[in-house]
Amino acid sequence: MFKYILKRIALSIVIVFVIATITFFLCHAIPGGPFDREKPLNPTILENLNKKYNLDKPLGEQYIDYMVDVAKLDLGPSYYYTNQTVNDFIERCFPVSFLLGVCAMLVAVVLGIPAGIISALKQNGWQDNILKILTTILVSLPNFVIASGLMYILGYKLELLPVALWGTPQQMIMPVLALSAYPLSYITKMMKSSMLEVMSSDYIRTARSKGVSKFMVTYKHALKNAILPVITVMGPMFAGIITGSLVVEKIFAIPGLGQQFTEAIFNRDYTMIMGLTIFYSILLISSILIVDIVYAIVDPRIKLGKEKVE
Amino acid sequence: MSKLLTVNELCTSFFTKFGEVKAVDHVSFELDKGEVLAIVGESGSGKSVTSMSIMGLVAKGGKIISGEIIFEDEDLAKKSEKELSKIRGKEIAMIFQDPMTCLNPVFTIGNQMEEVLKIHQKQLSKKERHAKMVEMLEKVGLANPLERLKQYPHELSGGMRQRIMIAMSLLCNPKLLIADEPTTALDVTIQAQIVDLMRDLKDEFNTAIILITHDLGVVAGIADKVAVMYAGEIVEEAKVDDLYYHPLHPYTWGLLKALPRLDMKENELRPIPGSTPDLLLERKGCPFFDRCEYAMECCKEHRPDKFVKENGHSVKCWRYHEDFKEVE
Ligand SMILES: Nc1ncnc2c1ncn2[C@@H]1O[C@H](COP(=O)(O)OP(=O)(O)OP(=O)(O)O)[C@@H](O)[C@H]1O
Ligand SMILES: [Mg+2]
Repeated sequence: MFKYILKRIALSIVIVFVIATITFFLCHAIPGGPFDREKPLNPTILENLNKKYNLDKPLGEQYIDYMVDVAKLDLGPSYYYTNQTVNDFIERCFPVSFLLGVCAMLVAVVLGIPAGIISALKQNGWQDNILKILTTILVSLPNFVIASGLMYILGYKLELLPVALWGTPQQMIMPVLALSAYPLSYITKMMKSSMLEVMSSDYIRTARSKGVSKFMVTYKHALKNAILPVITVMGPMFAGIITGSLVVEKIFAIPGLGQQFTEAIFNRDYTMIMGLTIFYSILLISSILIVDIVYAIVDPRIKLGKEKVE
Repeated sequence: MSKLLTVNELCTSFFTKFGEVKAVDHVSFELDKGEVLAIVGESGSGKSVTSMSIMGLVAKGGKIISGEIIFEDEDLAKKSEKELSKIRGKEIAMIFQDPMTCLNPVFTIGNQMEEVLKIHQKQLSKKERHAKMVEMLEKVGLANPLERLKQYPHELSGGMRQRIMIAMSLLCNPKLLIADEPTTALDVTIQAQIVDLMRDLKDEFNTAIILITHDLGVVAGIADKVAVMYAGEIVEEAKVDDLYYHPLHPYTWGLLKALPRLDMKENELRPIPGSTPDLLLERKGCPFFDRCEYAMECCKEHRPDKFVKENGHSVKCWRYHEDFKEVE
């Protein structure tokens, strides 16, 4: 298993390298430069700027320089904010986005799994019907609609919570709720269908015929099997929450990395765009790897590095 | 001496959106200690629903409508879920058709076997439980029992898993074992081994067995009595030899003709024409009426009574009414 993980990490590095290459050339293929403004800059200043950031060198040389820096985990200086590097931004903004994402994910898992179980056990009962309606609504509403709705009701009408910024626990509630709505509904639905399938399987019948109580059948025999498919989606889902938080961050004026990303695009801050793309892809790849490892621990049929038996 | 199990006029129905499905329809039979009853019949004839009714585990939507299931002088049909769960696995154990899917894939064999002992034999220490499991695995002929306990189901073959199911079901020395097509999913050679194993264990533990199968060949090797089920009813019941040599019901004749024999030529196998009746429809006459070569006018309108011969051989067919005379 250890060997397999090493192999996966090596493969991940190759993937990141390819992504970095593609982003680099895409950024340079876009017409216009990083210092194009509404009012053109003085040509000498522009020349000096290009010189300072090595933009006067041939593209191939720039590419090699950039890749060497990336390999050293140095994502370069920002073209927009003087004297600040991309790494500075990540260090400052990522913890905020990460905390927001982790909280949203926790809410989704901690509420979604029990909700899915209840829905399955009380299939077509009132609990299930309420959950069905709720999850359908939450899945179909985009998170900025939910965010605005929450802001209007909890922030403006009832004046219970602050409508913007980040720092206090009260300020965290609304963005976390807005961001967790979709994954929460998704996990609930998935857990329900998975639980229903497992509850009608042969080994559940075997357990019942051994005299195992209904409670133990549900929480020992069924749960561990039913949760497996949910675990598989958790990695991409977490990465999706983190990368997808930019709208919510913008609405609540949260100084996170998502907001930084949108700004970088408007500002034509190429190193920032490239750096954040690489950073996000590392995040995505590692969350998928972590989920694969967790899966192998929970499901004895999976041996990492070998084909699934049967 | 009273019987171990007496099933009396048991009716179990499923309530679907199309209506009531009478899966088990006035079924009665008896079983002594250590006796083996085989229940045979086509797919959908209600064999599994009968056994699940005895266990009190009829699937969602199904219900025991009427009848008694007297096990050791107590009516299981009247017992609560809690009382039943004390009997399941301890007094009455069960094994199923598909050993590949009957064990939980995410727990070890040891974990799943130990569970039975933890529930029903709380007085045992961890060591005693372990010793008992090892002993039982040896009894069902599995090599390396210590290693088996640590393995997961996917690491074992179908035959091994069925042996484990049998070992697990016998851990508490049940008085009754219900085996629902225990050999159907296995290779022919393994089938024979499993039947032999069940016979040996029956002799050793004096366990009564209800063996459900649609393979009359398996029956001959192990059963004392045979009940033939058709469309939710037991249409004929007899000692094994009586049933094989003097079958009475036209359906049983058909079943025996459909059984392949070594001295048969290739196209001599004769399946019974037609298909089983729709259990959703209200039946008036004999359920086998449509497919019976010997059907008479009265069979269409009147459900046959049960006729019992002196040797206990019973049949539900109007041919055995005292007024019946064969016309040439
Ligand atoms: N969960 C259910 N819901 C509705 N009807 C059911 C259900 N389970 C069984 N039945 C009905 O009960 C009848 C008897 O089914 P049962 O499973 O007992 O047949 P069987 O004799 O065991 O057949 P097989 O040899 O295929 O196992 C079937 O015709 C089926 O339509
Ligand atoms: Mg069956």
